[in-house]
Amino acid sequence: MVEFRVFRFDPEKNKEPEFQSYEFDPYKGMTILEGLYYILENLDSSLAFRSSCREAVCGSCAMHINGIYRLACKTQIEILKSPITIRPLSHLPVIKDLVVDLTPFFNHFKEIKPYLIPKESPPEKEYIQSVKEREKINDWLDCILCGACYGSCPVCAQDDKYLGPHALLKALRFVDDSRDGGAKERIAFVTQNSGVFRCHTIFNCREVCPKDLDPTKAIAKLKLKAVFKKF
Amino acid sequence: MLFHEVLIIGGGLAGLRAAIEVAEMGRDVAVVSKIHPMRSHSGEAQGGINASLANVEKGKEDSKEKHWYDTVKGSDFLADQDASEILTAQAPEVIFEMEHWGCPFSRTPEGKIAQRPFGGAGLPRTCYAADKTGLYLLQTVWEQNIKHNVKVYEEWVVLGLATEDGKCCGVVSMDFLSGELIAIGANAVIFATGGIGRIYANTTNAITNTGLAISIPYWVGVPLKDMEFIQFHPTSLARTHILMTEGCRGEGGYLRNKDGERFMSRYVSEKVMELGPRDIVARSIQTEINEGRGFPDGTVHLDLTHLGAKKILERLPGIRDICMNFIGIDPIYEPIPITPGMHYIMGGIETDKDGQTPMEGFLAAGECACISTHGANRLGGNSLLETVVFGERAGKKAGEYVKDKDKKTKTKALEDALKREQDTIEKFRKGGGEENPYKIKDELAKLMVKRFGLFRQEKDMKTGLEEIRKLKERFKKIRPVFGGKVFNLDLLSFYEIKANLDAAEAEAVSAIARKETRGSHYRTDFNKRDDENWLKHTLATYTPEGPKLSYKPVTITKFQPEVRKY
Ligand SMILES: Cc1cc2nc3c(=O)[nH]c(=O)nc-3n(C[C@H](O)[C@H](O)[C@H](O)COP(=O)(O)OP(=O)(O)OC[C@H]3O[C@@H](n4cnc5c(N)ncnc54)[C@H](O)[C@@H]3O)c2cc1C
Ligand code: SF4
Ligand code: FES
Repeated sequence: MVEFRVFRFDPEKNKEPEFQSYEFDPYKGMTILEGLYYILENLDSSLAFRSSCREAVCGSCAMHINGIYRLACKTQIEILKSPITIRPLSHLPVIKDLVVDLTPFFNHFKEIKPYLIPKESPPEKEYIQSVKEREKINDWLDCILCGACYGSCPVCAQDDKYLGPHALLKALRFVDDSRDGGAKERIAFVTQNSGVFRCHTIFNCREVCPKDLDPTKAIAKLKLKAVFKKF
Repeated sequence: MLFHEVLIIGGGLAGLRAAIEVAEMGRDVAVVSKIHPMRSHSGEAQGGINASLANVEKGKEDSKEKHWYDTVKGSDFLADQDASEILTAQAPEVIFEMEHWGCPFSRTPEGKIAQRPFGGAGLPRTCYAADKTGLYLLQTVWEQNIKHNVKVYEEWVVLGLATEDGKCCGVVSMDFLSGELIAIGANAVIFATGGIGRIYANTTNAITNTGLAISIPYWVGVPLKDMEFIQFHPTSLARTHILMTEGCRGEGGYLRNKDGERFMSRYVSEKVMELGPRDIVARSIQTEINEGRGFPDGTVHLDLTHLGAKKILERLPGIRDICMNFIGIDPIYEPIPITPGMHYIMGGIETDKDGQTPMEGFLAAGECACISTHGANRLGGNSLLETVVFGERAGKKAGEYVKDKDKKTKTKALEDALKREQDTIEKFRKGGGEENPYKIKDELAKLMVKRFGLFRQEKDMKTGLEEIRKLKERFKKIRPVFGGKVFNLDLLSFYEIKANLDAAEAEAVSAIARKETRGSHYRTDFNKRDDENWLKHTLATYTPEGPKLSYKPVTITKFQPEVRKY
């Protein structure tokens, strides 16, 4: 038997959130996400949560599970101590239960012009990019926009204008791309008030990122580039 | 009432690519997607996307025509050759476009786009970005949508189509975050809703890929084509059925049975081995398992251990992560237990080569559409290609179609459509008895694997069809739906299960009727291809009593059907 203690909030019913407990027998290899589906389909049809890929690539299911931000689909029940407490991502408005409003998170992402600004007009075939140049962006590519870093960052909690680890990571992804010509403009943008210098290097984002990305390092790199004007 | 000239349903690769096209034509376009676009299934694609770029030494001799021929042969000659010609001829152009938009492809030592071998092609033709090609392509098209400021209705679920005089004039949608039902008028609607894998219990598809992707137009009279052709991927991870990309074999991985034997030599030539086309490799694996040469857990092994840590970390890092996270195995040191899993629908919404369906004002592109470029079996790497090539074409066609249309909402038709969905929801609220809808969903998904799997025969399939129809009867007696408005997963599931049942029925009836073996449709009771009687497409049209079948000729422009041997 395992017990899930799930954060519940229904704007149509509750003023305050509450925790609700569910008990069931997990099978071997069952994930937290599969547990939530078990509850929805057998115990409580009112439960709300997001999911899609069930394989840790779509970013839908980041939640706060037994004290740590994790992807529900990638987390096995058997590695956790029961009761398992499940909450939504922090400091984003809760829509219902484990579903939060990610609008601020996505808006910040859009602010950094998250698309290639070509350095030169495109050749007839592909831009030539050496293996080394490609390697330079490799560490910044895999963000699945799950929001775990944003939810865990105390600066995001205090300052809703702060761009956030995900957006800054993406900015570096383009600054470091040999095909992008927007570095100057990008650095100028991320060094404004709500940009890189708001980061206090607390490392939460790096710790929680389910894709093992290092936004802290990306932010540090952007800071260096800004200071030494090397881009 | 909301209105857009062109409304695109689906924020995966096909939908977002179509949106860019319409936006560039200066027309008013919006995307409606039941999940945030970046959560779309396209992001899960791993292995790569085909184009005859001839970028690597072993692929030097590649050409558009070779790609075309391989696609037609792979399709077991059921593909419409004009459509496959477009697919393969435009491939290099669309890949370069993606690259120009910033897609981070892996590179050759010369700095060109890297290519790897995939099944069913004699050459390395599959362009890749490690084993995350889908994620990076999806990022790229979404980024271009942001650049073009395309309006996206995020987490809005389309539940029905509005029609007037046989023309599509909009959709009825639910804002999932508020629960509000809202009609959106449009002069053209493009469905880019993806696959329906979840009608099978052993699918590699995302949880969000349900029958709703194709049943919505089916319910209002748009036919479904070639629904009997379902692709089973040879290698899905034990239990979870998470995909282990064909790239694993492309990079040199072996398939072994419990005796350690590389059994593919029994089924294809020594030259081809693990890189046969998907239908043949999947059936070979299933035969090994059925004949007792699998492991006790009903799997065979995908062995990468001889590739070495460097190659696995560089080319297949995502696969390694999945294995470690989901079954606690590191493929650098241990083989991966796999079974075939339902992967892709070759069939879908009937369209011509511009994505136009038989209903005016209604188009489709991507996996939900059947154009048909893949015929009876799709080659790996051709589906991502289809989403961008035909997403663009459908966008262009829709953009042109709406040019001189009045920008006016057909209010009456939309109100009627809205009323219809309100009634459906009201009926779900009342309920019809005590049946648990999720039991029906699970039973359907299990019976599809059992009755409409890799090996098929009349008696089994007929039993399967009866079982589907019994489940449809039981669905009428389901318990009342949860009554809340906000993010009501239960309500969405009711719609999806209803849609799954009808999509499954269309597949079942189409499959029973086709008395031959072709591509993925392998019948033990009719085990030969029969060009004389069956070189034709199946069309299934909805009626309340069940699908009505008709047929349509295959377009053959260049390659005459020949025996398909590898
Ligand atoms: C695991 C896996 C790996 C694959 N790897 C490869 C590969 O390497 N190479 C290759 O060529 N192919 C591959 N494929 C196939 C390929 O990924 C898919 O066929 C393709 O991505 C489908 O794209 P799409 O745009 O048609 O649909 P999707 O990406 O599935 O998008 C569908 C969209 O429709 C929306 N939607 C659906 N229904 C509704 C509704 N009712 N209302 C509103 N919105 C709705 C969803 O929100 C979603 O945004 C793979 C498939 C799988 C399962
Ligand atoms: S950086 Fe990591 S934690 Fe942050 S959104 Fe991206 S994947 Fe999630
Ligand atoms: S469901 Fe996609 S990341 Fe968990």
